[in-house]
Amino acid sequence: MMGLLVKDLGVTLGGKTLLGDVGFEARAGEFLAIVGPNGAGKTTLLKAIAGLLSYRGQVAWQGEDLASATVSARARLISYLPQGHTIHWPITAREAVTIGRAPHSSSLTRLSPEDNMAIDQAIDAVDAGAFAHRPVTELSGGEKARIMLARALAVNAPMLLADEPVAALDPAHQLSVMRVLGEQARHGRLIICISHDLLLASRFADRFLVLDKGQIAAIGSYADALTQEIYARVFGVTTRRFESEGETVTMPWASV
Amino acid sequence: MTARTGMPCIAAFFGIAVAALFLGSLLIGPVALDPLTALKALFGSGDDIDVLIVQELRLPRALLAAVIGATLALSGSALQGYVRNPLAAPSVFGAPSAAAFGAVFAIAVGVADVQSFALPVSAILMALLSVGALLILAGPSANMLTLLLAGLALSSLASAAVSLALNLAPNPYAALEIAFWLLGSLEDRSFHHLLLAGPFIFASWLLLLAIRGPLRILTLGDDVARTSGVNIARLRLITIFGVALGVGSSVAVSGVIGFIGLITPHLVRPFVGYDPARVHLPAMLAGAALLLAADIATRLIPSTGEIRIGVLTSLIGVPFFIWLVVKHRNRNLLQSSGPA
Repeated sequence: MMGLLVKDLGVTLGGKTLLGDVGFEARAGEFLAIVGPNGAGKTTLLKAIAGLLSYRGQVAWQGEDLASATVSARARLISYLPQGHTIHWPITAREAVTIGRAPHSSSLTRLSPEDNMAIDQAIDAVDAGAFAHRPVTELSGGEKARIMLARALAVNAPMLLADEPVAALDPAHQLSVMRVLGEQARHGRLIICISHDLLLASRFADRFLVLDKGQIAAIGSYADALTQEIYARVFGVTTRRFESEGETVTMPWASV
Repeated sequence: MTARTGMPCIAAFFGIAVAALFLGSLLIGPVALDPLTALKALFGSGDDIDVLIVQELRLPRALLAAVIGATLALSGSALQGYVRNPLAAPSVFGAPSAAAFGAVFAIAVGVADVQSFALPVSAILMALLSVGALLILAGPSANMLTLLLAGLALSSLASAAVSLALNLAPNPYAALEIAFWLLGSLEDRSFHHLLLAGPFIFASWLLLLAIRGPLRILTLGDDVARTSGVNIARLRLITIFGVALGVGSSVAVSGVIGFIGLITPHLVRPFVGYDPARVHLPAMLAGAALLLAADIATRLIPSTGEIRIGVLTSLIGVPFFIWLVVKHRNRNLLQSSGPA
């Protein structure tokens, strides 16, 4: 399968193994959710793929090992949306989105028509036109999350790695962000998204990768990967199943 | 006014201010000259004494004020962008203190009297040495806090060394010379000083202007910057080296001049916005204007001797710094009680 290949990926920091020989494949146009309890190694996995951490093993895209890719080539290939919304200066929301074009434009002060189009499309995709000219530090949490997502979209990379993009957002904004990620997957991008909200992710993700103690505990569709056994063994919770409008909903219910 | 429309306006405003103050710097002094006489003298015609005053005394002084003001402002702007803190000043990495020690050492051992270039050369070398020491002390993959602590340690060491040199000065005249030099001045500076510091200052401009883009990307944090193709280790090296080169060579010529680097980015941000990439150039113009104005003021303020320029910039800068602290305190209070 052409797309992302992660093979025997291991990360050791300060003598502690955070990820041990993780391997999986994901195709372009897929929405892969990474789930697992706190400390399972989800962010470590995402950062290793993004090239932010040293790793052993292999990360390849369309058959090419990313270890040999230049920093700028990797930046054009992978868009990374980190946890939280770090914004050090009160720049405008549009200026923040413009930063997404950094892998394509050396100066960022003279944007090409292509850059401007990518920025406009990203702002439209998250429906942020109304507040694009406001200082980003003055936006609400939901608005900031959308702008940060727009920045990641403006990269126009074939792969988007999002680390808990809906954390601390209200339900409407959670749905809005996940819907945008789902649309991007349908447009052919590979979306890999960490989420603690398994129910929400189940509505948008094609597959789930369950991490536990730095190892893959399960991978597959929601029904295959998040079984009652996985819920109990990995998350330490029992579940209840509900039928709603013809769909089965599994909810974490109580601690084991 | 948006950042895009504010940029040409503020650049034009400070550009005109620099030109006017530069001309003012040629006119004002113990011998007052009218603009026409000064302009004639500038191009070598008119009275010989006027030509001498303008070409040998006031022109290098005005050029140095403009160049050093721009350099200090650029260093401040780059540093604030790199550490992502509006209260950062070029002194945080220790280079200005190290350069001051280099100069004081040259005065204390007497080589500054024997060879006029010894003082600036010693100051520039010490500033560069401090960069090496900073990088070794902080380690190859130092985070911001480690760098700032290492800079503080080096700055304190250099200040202690300056005090020691004052303490052990061979005679009262040497002690007085050191004390006055530390107060900062552009008096009696010549084209030799400009030629000596110029290449280093120009190199620092090239380095610091080249990192405008990466500094803008850094606004969204290290992870976004690194995954956008920014080499953080190289950016750190260029910032520290550029600031040390610019500020070190400026201190080498003028003595210690504080607060220009801290203040000027704040003067232009209301007009050009907070994007670090847009602040550099207007801040340089503002820095040049500010130091030219301060240098003129030292000649106009009535006193028994000429007020030292470093003293004047500190007298103006400290209240501004206090205002900044209060402004940020109030903003933090608002943010902590505001909507999420």
